[in-house]
Amino acid sequence: MKQKTEAGSGSPSSDAAQQVSKPILLGMYRNIYATRQFELACVEYYRQGLIRGYLHPYLGEEAVAAGACAALQPDDYIGSTHRGHGHCISKGADLRLMMAEIMGKATGYCKGRGGSMHIASKNLNHLGANGIVGGSIPIATGAGMGIKVKGTGQVVVVFFSDGASNNGVFAESLNLAGIYKLPVIYVLENNHYAVSTPIECATGCCDLAGRGPAYGVPGICVDGNDAVAVYLETLRAAERARRGEGPTLIEAKTYRHGGHHVNDPGLYMNADVMAQWKARDPMILMRRAISDAARVAAIEAQVNAELEAAVEFAKNSPEPAVDEFLSAIPE
Amino acid sequence: MPEMMYREALRRALDEEMQRDALVFLMGETIAERGGSYKVTEGLLKKFGPRRVIDTPIAEASFTGMAIGAALIGCRPVVEILFVDFAMLAMDQIVNQAAKYEFISGGQGCVPMVLRTQGGAGNGLAAQHSQSLEAFFYHIPGLKVVMPSTPADACGLLKSAIRDDHPVIFIEHKLLYMTRGPVPDEEYLTPLGQAEVKRPGTDVSLITYSYMTLKCLEAATALEAEGISVEVVDLRTLSPLDKETILASARKTGRVIVVHEAVKRGGVGGDIAAMLMEEAYNDLDGPVVRIAGRNTPIPYNLNIEKACIPSVEEIVAGVLRMV
Repeated sequence: MKQKTEAGSGSPSSDAAQQVSKPILLGMYRNIYATRQFELACVEYYRQGLIRGYLHPYLGEEAVAAGACAALQPDDYIGSTHRGHGHCISKGADLRLMMAEIMGKATGYCKGRGGSMHIASKNLNHLGANGIVGGSIPIATGAGMGIKVKGTGQVVVVFFSDGASNNGVFAESLNLAGIYKLPVIYVLENNHYAVSTPIECATGCCDLAGRGPAYGVPGICVDGNDAVAVYLETLRAAERARRGEGPTLIEAKTYRHGGHHVNDPGLYMNADVMAQWKARDPMILMRRAISDAARVAAIEAQVNAELEAAVEFAKNSPEPAVDEFLSAIPE
Repeated sequence: MPEMMYREALRRALDEEMQRDALVFLMGETIAERGGSYKVTEGLLKKFGPRRVIDTPIAEASFTGMAIGAALIGCRPVVEILFVDFAMLAMDQIVNQAAKYEFISGGQGCVPMVLRTQGGAGNGLAAQHSQSLEAFFYHIPGLKVVMPSTPADACGLLKSAIRDDHPVIFIEHKLLYMTRGPVPDEEYLTPLGQAEVKRPGTDVSLITYSYMTLKCLEAATALEAEGISVEVVDLRTLSPLDKETILASARKTGRVIVVHEAVKRGGVGGDIAAMLMEEAYNDLDGPVVRIAGRNTPIPYNLNIEKACIPSVEEIVAGVLRMV
């Protein structure tokens, strides 16, 4: 059986949206829009040479992070990936500290040591992005174990890609979480490409969610471009986890709007398929679900101002001092 | 002082630290119900329950990664990997995750985990269950590496490792578990990063660690009969390395041999020799010598296995060539 790469059809789940409170809907839109604008700005600053190294945009996938994080409490944990800006923003990150980090400044989340691929925030209970595909999966699983040992009742959401789901630690961790009934929600962002390898060349599976039941973990497929759908499934999974019923695997089907990273034009991606997915852009679906142009415009204006301030802050921040850095290295 | 076996001393350390801190918990293969392959964790499941003494499936990469995640949210996990050879399955989590987290996060989080494992040859376990792989971990900034040789050190160092806020690779030696030695009755900690002169001497310094400490002490006793005074420095901790104790011994005797079981090429001994050249060249009477494992996988047959690692005779001969 082959993976289906066509975009889902139909309008956003307007019935589903009725089940969700307006503040939650607006909050999800805010995070989708903020991620979109933040990353478009990053791409621009990358071209200008203000951002170096690797930058992996989450453009097109924003609804997954926005929906999943909306279902969490502030003290719940997340684990993230190299394509992690959206997870970070949806968990409540300060755009100033994010932009400063991505520009390599001393004021950034990680003092300029981590960059785009390594943003973490202790205050937000964000365990960190990760430069190793699949690297966060066991770590997040362990946070679930730690919660159990401590008896503190939080849940963990770990984001990872279809590519990571072909790595051994995915299988191991799902199995481990199943044994101990850990409060971990595995959010598999199936964007249909591992770098440039299409998912149908990387697995014989049709739905990756089907790997959950193989380890005694419920597996659910959801439209990853529809934040409302992701939110509702994550909420259900979080409730299960908090009841002590263990982990859930949620496969959110979505699509990258470009290549693997900022310097990859993604020429291997099919233009027709891309057009189908772009017609169902998470921003469009979310605006439709809210259907309140004035509120949407107010959110956008606020995010634009926040982003402008973040860029200002980052540009004006100092670089890490080389002497200070070197003198702190133990022999 | 009462005597205790190395494995009992390790168990005592785990027991004391688990009593002291409810955030300390254990994970590993066959450690709970069966009490561990070398009986280190025997009885702990009964005492502390299945929430804190956890049997895992054979999934080294992921349960090592789990220790990182639990440590990040404030627990102090101790994971056991049955053989250091199997730690190779978890190298991403050890090298790219545990060792890097505190640095990468700009100091926002630390990883207070201990990875207990054991290595070394001597039981005919062949090439995938007999290696000495400490140099891999020693090479990585962000990891501490501890290799105790005595029951007293095993207990005191494991307690310090559990209380340390950084990832510690704690490598035991399979031939040491049944060895006995005096262990203080009262609670004590042995600080990480401090070598110990296990036997003072004036003619030649043997710098060593783990099981080879016993071989060096045996060699020193044999050489005493020939009127040669040998100092044996047990590093106990490879990282951080106690350079001061090594340098003091080198300056005292002027003749240094580094002895380890791991293969010579790329081993810790080469690094120590280079450090001595850089910092104590004028105090040395001759080049630093390495006596170390042969450059080969460890074979199964006991006679050829024995030939792969330094013997007391080889150490004695090395000292005699020097004086």
